[in-house]
Amino acid sequence: MRITCPFCGERELGEFTYLGDAKPVRPAADAGEDVVYDYVYLRDNIAGVMSENWYHGGGCRAWLKVTRNTLTHEISAVEAAAGAGARQASK
Amino acid sequence: MKYSIFSLARAALSGHKNWQRTWRDATPKDRYDVVIIGGGGHGLATAWFLASEYGIRNVAVLEKGWIGSGNAGRNTTIIRSNYGLPGNTGFYELSMKLWERMEQDLNYNAMVSQRGVINLYHSDAQRDAYARRGNTMRINGIDAELLDLAAVKKMMPFLNFDNARFPVQGGLLQRRGGTARHDAVVWGYAHAASGLGVDIIQNCEVTGFVRDTNGKVTGVETSRGRIGAGKVGMAVAGSSSRVADMAGLRLPIESHVLQAFVSEAIKPLIPGVMTFGAGHFYVSQSDKGGLVFGGDIDGYNSYAQRGNMPVMEDVCEGGMALMPMIGRVRLLRQWGGIMDMSMDGSPIIDKTPVDGLYLNAGWCYGGFKATPGSGFVFAHLLARDTPHEEAARFRLDRFRTGAMIDEKGQGAQPNLH
Ligand SMILES: Cc1cc2nc3c(=O)[nH]c(=O)nc-3n(C[C@H](O)[C@H](O)[C@H](O)COP(=O)(O)OP(=O)(O)OC[C@H]3O[C@@H](n4cnc5c(N)ncnc54)[C@H](O)[C@@H]3O)c2cc1C
Ligand SMILES: [Zn+2]
Repeated sequence: MRITCPFCGERELGEFTYLGDAKPVRPAADAGEDVVYDYVYLRDNIAGVMSENWYHGGGCRAWLKVTRNTLTHEISAVEAAAGAGARQASK
Repeated sequence: MKYSIFSLARAALSGHKNWQRTWRDATPKDRYDVVIIGGGGHGLATAWFLASEYGIRNVAVLEKGWIGSGNAGRNTTIIRSNYGLPGNTGFYELSMKLWERMEQDLNYNAMVSQRGVINLYHSDAQRDAYARRGNTMRINGIDAELLDLAAVKKMMPFLNFDNARFPVQGGLLQRRGGTARHDAVVWGYAHAASGLGVDIIQNCEVTGFVRDTNGKVTGVETSRGRIGAGKVGMAVAGSSSRVADMAGLRLPIESHVLQAFVSEAIKPLIPGVMTFGAGHFYVSQSDKGGLVFGGDIDGYNSYAQRGNMPVMEDVCEGGMALMPMIGRVRLLRQWGGIMDMSMDGSPIIDKTPVDGLYLNAGWCYGGFKATPGSGFVFAHLLARDTPHEEAARFRLDRFRTGAMIDEKGQGAQPNLH
């Protein structure tokens, strides 16, 4: 598996760290126990196309949003994750 | 059929042409008292104990591929009961005791080999942690020995003892640990369960649940038609989330790939199972002479049943750090399996919130050793509707209540186990 970083180009997997499903959003501090439990522990664990967070620690150190098929490892899109890096990239 | 010294001799002397089939390949009936989804070690062991221990024989095991095509046939075959946390200690020892009588119980040679499992330590802190775990085991009547450097040198003189970063200081040894032939475990349970009337149905994928007006599960939809069931037990390892999803359940589980490696055959080298405490590397030698080894999971969600290069490199580096001479040995084969990584690294054996549906999941990469114990306690739960005392902590709601069993002490991140 190789990931094409929008900043650095195509790089081998070993440069990246995985942080899991990009979908869950951290709940508000007063969201309540059920919502927090759901966010921390439960997973969709998708078999198919999934949107994920990866960190390019061995390169530009940006957070990336990677669209990948968990059944085949095929990567269909990589973009900068929201934040300063993303704004930089879209200039 | 029953194996004996005479039946073995007869088959051998007639050129191995007259072996009989060892289990019936059944066609599905309309209804069973218990339907087990998943024909891996756990599903088949559950069926065997339901029939042999709890007297429930109208049981079917449904397997989407062939039995043992999942992790049961993909693991590195290590069995041990060197766990330190309440919940785990007793359960894995129950399983170990069942390994020790499995071949007699099943009338099948599973090549259970108690060649010993040693976990090496490389620092004072690690020694203390292992000493504590060993003491916990001994208090619970489980064998454990803390070896110093001299004892390890005597046992495995070929290790790299001059490693400046990770000097070997000693190890925690469980002599009763070892390995078993994984395929034979599956075939043995199938052989014995089928003999008691259990239907083993291959090429039968569960595609949905049948539920009554109250939401209770009353059967399953399969690629071979609808099958009614008094109760349904899931033991589908890496597919737990996908099957639970058909019943509207979300689980505290992520599916990850773990790779295994086998080298070309070499002369007998490694006496038992050995783990490298400074990195993540474990190795044993098969009876054919190949080194069987593995390490970390690949570290991202996957259902692909194959891994990637960075972990291969990392595992081989771990091996080289311990035994530099294996750099001359060629890698023969490599493969991956999909495990359901639970959020604390421990299994879940429980009723689900859906009436009639029972869950056996979250074995991470340590479930082979659990095969007999898992079958025993899951059969207990299915038969009695109460958890077996040695599995009472493997609850589905423990993440909500905070009663987690975090053996590795690495927090609630499945990719850390
Ligand atoms: C590379 C590797 C090395 C490992 N090494 C060790 C080790 O040394 N020691 C140890 O203790 N553990 C080890 N493990 C973990 C261990 O193999 C598993 O935890 C254990 O085998 C899981 O239980 P099982 O055997 O029943 O699973 P499986 O054999 O995977 O059984 C589940 C079955 O369910 C079937 N299934 C899935 N979905 C459906 C459906 N919808 N309908 C019908 N059937 C379905 C699958 O086809 C599969 O056959 C290892 C795992 C891997 C991958
Ligand atoms: Zn980059």
